[in-house]
Amino acid sequence: MSSRYDRAITVFSPDGHLFQVEYAMEAVRKGTTAVGVRGQNVLILGAEKKGTAKLQQPNTMRKICNLDSHICLAFAGLTADARVLIDRARTECQSYRLTLEDPVSVEYITRHIAGIQQRYTQSGGVRPFGISTIVVGFDADNKPALYQTEPSGTFSAWKAAAIGRSSKSVREFLEKEYNDEAVETEEGAIKLAVRSLLEVVESGSKNLEVRPPSPSLGGKIKFLNVHARANCWLS
Amino acid sequence: MDHLLGIVGDGFVMLAADEKVAHSVVTMKDNQDKITVLDETKILAGGGQFGDVCMFTELVQRNLQLYNLRNGYPMGVKAAAGYTRTEIAKLLRKNPHMVNMLLGGVDKHGPALFWIDYLGNMQKLDFGAHGYGGYFALSCMDRYYRPGMNIDDAKSLMKRCIEGINQRFLIGGASFKVKVVDAQGIREVDLSDVQVAPEAAGNAMEQ
Repeated sequence: MSSRYDRAITVFSPDGHLFQVEYAMEAVRKGTTAVGVRGQNVLILGAEKKGTAKLQQPNTMRKICNLDSHICLAFAGLTADARVLIDRARTECQSYRLTLEDPVSVEYITRHIAGIQQRYTQSGGVRPFGISTIVVGFDADNKPALYQTEPSGTFSAWKAAAIGRSSKSVREFLEKEYNDEAVETEEGAIKLAVRSLLEVVESGSKNLEVRPPSPSLGGKIKFLNVHARANCWLS
Repeated sequence: MDHLLGIVGDGFVMLAADEKVAHSVVTMKDNQDKITVLDETKILAGGGQFGDVCMFTELVQRNLQLYNLRNGYPMGVKAAAGYTRTEIAKLLRKNPHMVNMLLGGVDKHGPALFWIDYLGNMQKLDFGAHGYGGYFALSCMDRYYRPGMNIDDAKSLMKRCIEGINQRFLIGGASFKVKVVDAQGIREVDLSDVQVAPEAAGNAMEQ
């Protein structure tokens, strides 16, 4: 039944589904996990690193990228789709700065990314982007913001979000463990992000990458690489 | 017309630009910063038609930032200058921008100064100038410039040039903003305390 309604994605199925969009979300669920935690004045992005082949050089930057000096993005799903979307977002950030002489707000760039994703669910002959993204950054008043987008083009703000493989169990963990006291300090927020990732990643392996952006609007984003000894944070 | 001056020293580039913005016979502003910071390793002094200068230097700045974000490292100085001159040259037959520039920066090849004019000409120089001030400053730099000067000698030379311009140029009293870029970054420099050694008596050419 569904096969008749997923050829061209502009077509609704009789029960109101856009199957291509839902299949895109399936593709996202196959990607490695990414998690984002919003603290009081800190933001943490963590990603599960896919195991690399022996001859392949491990690439540390793949899952978490800079969009601008104050905004970061983590994604789950098709890496190639992410590359295209990230490039468009980066261009938009600079273009906005050029015309408005002001850096983008996190909400603006998220809306832009979600808008691109939505456009590809309503055009002929194209397929949706197979990625969900977590966009984090500090707005002009130095308040941290965390947003999540999906292949359907929806976006919303979150206190903590998880996408990709086993995101459901990570989200349940975060729902249980997230509270304002836990994320008041940078260390507390990092601990929460690492613990939530350890739900899905085999502990003790070199599979964790955690990136906290620092709250300075002017510029630098600090990166913390948490490697094999993730367990020492918890003790 | 804007005065732009540039000197390459030992591991640094010093750019100076006057601070006046004029509209017909009126001085609109006398503390304008005409030296744009392109990124952590490059600065661009721009002069000419003020609107064109602003739009163009900001365009260059934003595209260099985009390059940095896309690739994870900043463009080299020569590449940035090449990019800038190509953009000016592309606009020449469509929408000419009256912008003269001095681009200075430091990268792994050392310090470099590039002279770019509104037609898209580009030259790598040890010292250079744009504008009427150049008529006076260049001969001064010809006489006193030595390669690999330290920062104090460069400040002294720059001050000498600026004093020369203010002495002889018809529209005097120009104040200058001076910036230095080196491996540690970009900083503003104050020349008000710099003493310029007086010209030795007798024939200067004999030295």
